[in-house]
Amino acid sequence: MPRTSSEPLLSIRNLVVEFKTDDGIVHAVDDISYDVFPGEILGIVGESGSGKSVSTMSILGLIPQPPGRVVGGTAVFKGRDLLTLKKKELRDVRGEEVAMVFQDPMTSLNPVLKVGFQLGEPIKTHHPKESNDAVKARVVELLRLVGVPNPEARYNQYPHEFSGGMRQRAMIAMAIANSPSLLIADEPTTALDVTIQAQVLGVLKTVQEETNAATILITHDLGIVAEMCDRVLVMYAGKIVESGDVETIFRSPQHPYTIGLMDSLPKLTEDEEWLRPIPGSPPSMISLPSGCAFHPRCFLSDGRARCREEVPVLHSAEGFDHASACHFSDELIGHASKFSTPVAGGAA
Amino acid sequence: MTEPIAPPPEPGTGAHELPDLLLSEAAVTEGGLEVKARSQWNYARRRFLRHRFAMLGLVILIIVFGAGVFANYVAPYSFSEIDLNNILSGPTTAHQHYFGTDEIGRDYFSRVVYGIRTSEEVGLFVAFASSVIGLIIGAIAGYYGGWIDNLLMRFTDLVLTLPFLAILLTAAALEGQGSQWRVSIILALLFWTGLARVVRGIFLSLREKEYVEAAKAAGAGDIRIMFRHILPNTLGPVIVNGTLAVATAILTEAALSFLGFGIKPPTPSLGVLVSEAQNNPQQWWLTVFPGLTIVIIVLAINFVGDGLRDALDPTQRRIRA
Repeated sequence: MPRTSSEPLLSIRNLVVEFKTDDGIVHAVDDISYDVFPGEILGIVGESGSGKSVSTMSILGLIPQPPGRVVGGTAVFKGRDLLTLKKKELRDVRGEEVAMVFQDPMTSLNPVLKVGFQLGEPIKTHHPKESNDAVKARVVELLRLVGVPNPEARYNQYPHEFSGGMRQRAMIAMAIANSPSLLIADEPTTALDVTIQAQVLGVLKTVQEETNAATILITHDLGIVAEMCDRVLVMYAGKIVESGDVETIFRSPQHPYTIGLMDSLPKLTEDEEWLRPIPGSPPSMISLPSGCAFHPRCFLSDGRARCREEVPVLHSAEGFDHASACHFSDELIGHASKFSTPVAGGAA
Repeated sequence: MTEPIAPPPEPGTGAHELPDLLLSEAAVTEGGLEVKARSQWNYARRRFLRHRFAMLGLVILIIVFGAGVFANYVAPYSFSEIDLNNILSGPTTAHQHYFGTDEIGRDYFSRVVYGIRTSEEVGLFVAFASSVIGLIIGAIAGYYGGWIDNLLMRFTDLVLTLPFLAILLTAAALEGQGSQWRVSIILALLFWTGLARVVRGIFLSLREKEYVEAAKAAGAGDIRIMFRHILPNTLGPVIVNGTLAVATAILTEAALSFLGFGIKPPTPSLGVLVSEAQNNPQQWWLTVFPGLTIVIIVLAINFVGDGLRDALDPTQRRIRA
């Protein structure tokens, strides 16, 4: 769905988040800026440790502090900077205006509390005057909305009586309980198997269309991005390396890392003997390579000094609203990635 | 319950996917694949009811504590009524002196029954009060961690290192023997440390759970997370600990009273009775009946505690008995 207005709902500028560890300070998120517009689905892609979760959790105050710390930046949501809100004010935002769906549905429901009770929690927390009957009716309605059969009976069950897919549906129901205007889904399908993934994504999309909540979808699965998102941010080592709308990024990626990610996917229409992984492994976040953090693994760098010495900044690249943080992104114009031809769907 | 098999939705159909899924799953449900729900408490109850020693202990406890609660009806005499015709008589059915009489002719059965009442009141109060203190301190320490944890745990260590016999003896020496409530409160103030540590440990591990994070993300405050979300997960150990604390409190009270620093006569507690029996070592019933009662109560409580531990431990599927 295209964005419905040009005024961003959430506007993050120069966000820096660091973690103190025994080995030194980790810059989990290093000076990133992005906008989320009402009604859109924004995908954040990256490998483990690239800072994609931290970049969203930190603005809600959900990273453990200490060792985590938001060092700088602003996160303006509906005219208020979330990073300067008091604890209590931030709590009023969480679950009411910004809600989250977590990665592992097996552990994000409390095993000793009934599912119905847990789903009613955000409603009761934010609207304490709501009567118990009204809360229950709303929860049952939510369960029905996310496709949980027999919602009245399910209301009184415990999480262990729910399967993985059902639990994730329940988590989605919990997230939208107060009709938030921003939904953050942190790898919502990673812990599920493929058929269930497709169902849960379907539910997420339906729910998104129903509530028209802007959604940040954090994932490492490009298939899901292609299927679900309007725009994409690609993160590497705590920085955004490429951003743009889905079509553009898949058709003409302008950062070697994005190209590497796409090339490492199997393409079902071709008979491939081997996958083409990105050489090397993600850098240690404590001692990042100098210059462009990706240069040791980059096929484009080719030993050029600029890659080693100068930290690249995000600059506009070919195509509408497309930005890349590669010194030599111009050389990639016309570079054919595996998905240069339009992707024909196929989550996972 | 298994995830119903539905064909992966066609890409790009968007809103049409949900009704299809609903249909297919409703069909499966109506097909009778739903398994009868059994809650954790259900399982725990079944495991407990099958634990033979625990059930034996429970029955004994109900009888003994019941006698204490209904002492007015069970005891044929009051605990201070004197029968001068029967001083130091042995156990007999005559005049209903089932456990005999003591040196001034008070019915010993009645005194033991009232003693049970005192002891069980002390035990239950101490267990309850110390559990509440331990829970709150452990929960706060474990949930917040950091310097709060450090402060509270060092305080706990301090209380733990206090020689509580010495404290009780000092208190008793300063103010003389006291009412059972004074003894109970002092015991409660000293007994919470073990539970505080256990609860802190559980909170430390559970606060990292995703469901706690999910509750935070839903806007729940600290108090709500601590007592609504995490606390129910600690109830197993808390119940077991509390049960065993009843036994410990009864034993400690008995020991204190035996030493003459506990409950003030003429209120009979089991410890007081054993203590007084020392004056008449030849009259075996004076020692044996209250002593045996203490042993039976503590043993029964420990059986029940063991049974509860086995029943409430979710990793334990088989029953030891």
